[in-house]
Amino acid sequence: MVSNGTSKQRSAANNNEVAFIRQEDAPILPPPAISSGAAGWLYENIFASMLDYSSLGAAVKSIWIAVFTAFVAYVFVVQVYGLLDFAILSAVWQDPEEQKRQVCWTVEQGGALPNGWHGACWPYIIAKTKFILYGAYPNESLWRVNSTYLLGAILLAWVMIERLPYRKFVAAFFLTIYPIFATVMLTGGGFGLSQFSVGVNTILGLALISFGRAGKAGWITGPLLDLSKVAGVAGWLFIFFAAALVSVGVDFDLEKIDTRDWGGLLITLVVATTAIVVSLPLGILLALGRRSNMPVARTLSIIFIEFWRGVPLITVLFMASVMIPLFMPEGVNFDSLLRALIGVTLWQSAYMAEVIRGGLQAIDKGQYEGADAIGLSYWQSMRLIILPQALTRVLPGIVNTIISVFKDTSLVSIVGLFDLLGATQSTIADAAWSTPVQASTGYLVVALIFFVFCFGMSRYSMHLERKLDRGH
Amino acid sequence: MVKTSVARDEKRKTLPNETVVVSMEHVNKWFGEFHVLRDINLRVVRGERIVVCGPSGSGKSTLIRCLNRLEKHQDGDINVHGIELNNDVKNIDEIRREVGMVFQHFNLFPHLSILENCMLAPIWVRKTPRAEAEEIAMHFLTRVKIPEQASKYPGQLSGGQQQRVAIARALCMQPQLMLFDEPTSALDPEMIKEVLDTMVELADDGMTMICVTHEMGFARRVADRVIFMDEGQIVEQNKPEAFFNNPQSDRTKLFLSQILGH
Repeated sequence: MVSNGTSKQRSAANNNEVAFIRQEDAPILPPPAISSGAAGWLYENIFASMLDYSSLGAAVKSIWIAVFTAFVAYVFVVQVYGLLDFAILSAVWQDPEEQKRQVCWTVEQGGALPNGWHGACWPYIIAKTKFILYGAYPNESLWRVNSTYLLGAILLAWVMIERLPYRKFVAAFFLTIYPIFATVMLTGGGFGLSQFSVGVNTILGLALISFGRAGKAGWITGPLLDLSKVAGVAGWLFIFFAAALVSVGVDFDLEKIDTRDWGGLLITLVVATTAIVVSLPLGILLALGRRSNMPVARTLSIIFIEFWRGVPLITVLFMASVMIPLFMPEGVNFDSLLRALIGVTLWQSAYMAEVIRGGLQAIDKGQYEGADAIGLSYWQSMRLIILPQALTRVLPGIVNTIISVFKDTSLVSIVGLFDLLGATQSTIADAAWSTPVQASTGYLVVALIFFVFCFGMSRYSMHLERKLDRGH
Repeated sequence: MVKTSVARDEKRKTLPNETVVVSMEHVNKWFGEFHVLRDINLRVVRGERIVVCGPSGSGKSTLIRCLNRLEKHQDGDINVHGIELNNDVKNIDEIRREVGMVFQHFNLFPHLSILENCMLAPIWVRKTPRAEAEEIAMHFLTRVKIPEQASKYPGQLSGGQQQRVAIARALCMQPQLMLFDEPTSALDPEMIKEVLDTMVELADDGMTMICVTHEMGFARRVADRVIFMDEGQIVEQNKPEAFFNNPQSDRTKLFLSQILGH
């Protein structure tokens, strides 16, 4: 015990407290008005930090916070008002007399609007909507694009809404049959594909499947056994590919529409969806390959990832459009959209692989050992234990790369494909609608469409994060 | 045992009592240059309960991790449940089906519920139908006295409860041999007892067990044999009374004085 005065006093005070016995309950009171409701929120979050004038330093700090808050609020209001004013309040909405560009001209420019007017020219967008959304796709065939969209949207919603039944089957349908359906609908199908390539795929598929079966039946032992398991799966992929080739080869009596006529949002969605859907499984395989104990798988994965990651997307696209035709035999015309699709997808897979590898590395060694100890095979433990945890952890990173590639699809415009941005830009060049606000209006629309898609993906990923959270 | 699983047991290779479940002959292992297991010879017969103790770094964890190929031995022969442990994946899978393991850090699967943790191996490894797997899982969760936690996730349970789930998860494969790798070392003192009680019950039921543990009370009470390891070798092994009351080697004496002296 310390024997100075203060400690004696403290222990005396403590003694008094120990002897305390409550006679009546303290009243239960409502919270002070200022801490609840909108006023309370404002006080807690904004004004509380500005109201301390107890010392010179505190006063300077309070005034500084107040001035800065007011400044930020002012800038925010001015910007939001400017946008609202441009897009809605001052905007021209109708063009009843079909004046085209003159409807958005000021008196000075030869029109009827007051001088100094600055607003969106919506009649221009209305006139160009079809081109911005579909490019040069023929008008009488737009129902084919729309029904592809509709079916895609229904399937996607079905997979995303957790209450609905058969979601796994719908997802399987979405990933296998739907792409074939979309290809036939959008292009018109009826490709004159050689029976040779269908035959090769079928035979290769059947051979691989029987190799896989032989492994299952126990006729194959040693290191080839693992290979036979992979072969079984790969065989079905070949068979599926052959079936897909046959389906797009059938003539459904639809008008053939060259991909050169595709454009606008259609191209953006086709490129982005393909890149996203294919790059995820490919990225998973590459990430597993890079961490594999098998030197061949590891080396190939590293080479693939480092090659595609080391090259800018623009270079990939230029190479796809300029180099591939050089290697092709004369007369073989490789579709330019397909080339861009392959380029963007492989490039995206490399990024996806590295994000997923980050997730795999974050999984504790004990999880691998736990899975091994209960006897799960490599693929079982990856599918049931490791990947569900790894993918959940890197969900923000995965969605980040997905959103990023969605926007990067704009780069395909440099190889002559008119994506959403490219198509809109080409409408801006239309002299019939030439006004000072034409470009601002067009880019505003592009920004809005991109924002809706990207924000939607971001919100869905946040919902998934909450749903998959297991509180650990 | 659940009645449905008895039929399964008959289908499996059953061995008579007094058969050797584990045999290790001249087993050597190195981590890089470090000789971590030095000429290990060990036989465990059915129903035997072995406690392995020794200072940290003595190779006791590595010893039992070699038995289900979490670590690979480089030299010597290991035989588990009549199956030779070599590079053949088929043999390794077969051995892992018969050997349950409980880890220091539980290693439960945090994204799966307690019930799913227990059903996973029966469903995917033994190809048990779902309903039956659930029955088996609930049976063993009841046995470790936490059936009411079945729908929770591992992160919501205390350490002791998680370790009991880990024991139940291993038992759901109805193994012939259970390996315990310091099952109580990561637990708070008040939770050690509930896990040890579960292990004692398991031992009373005749399960063949190899436990790496510092719980000398458990060793005294349950073990048929105590093995003392130091520097990668088995230094001394004996019945628990003899081991604790009359240790022969100096290293054992030193170890016991340190571990019991505090």
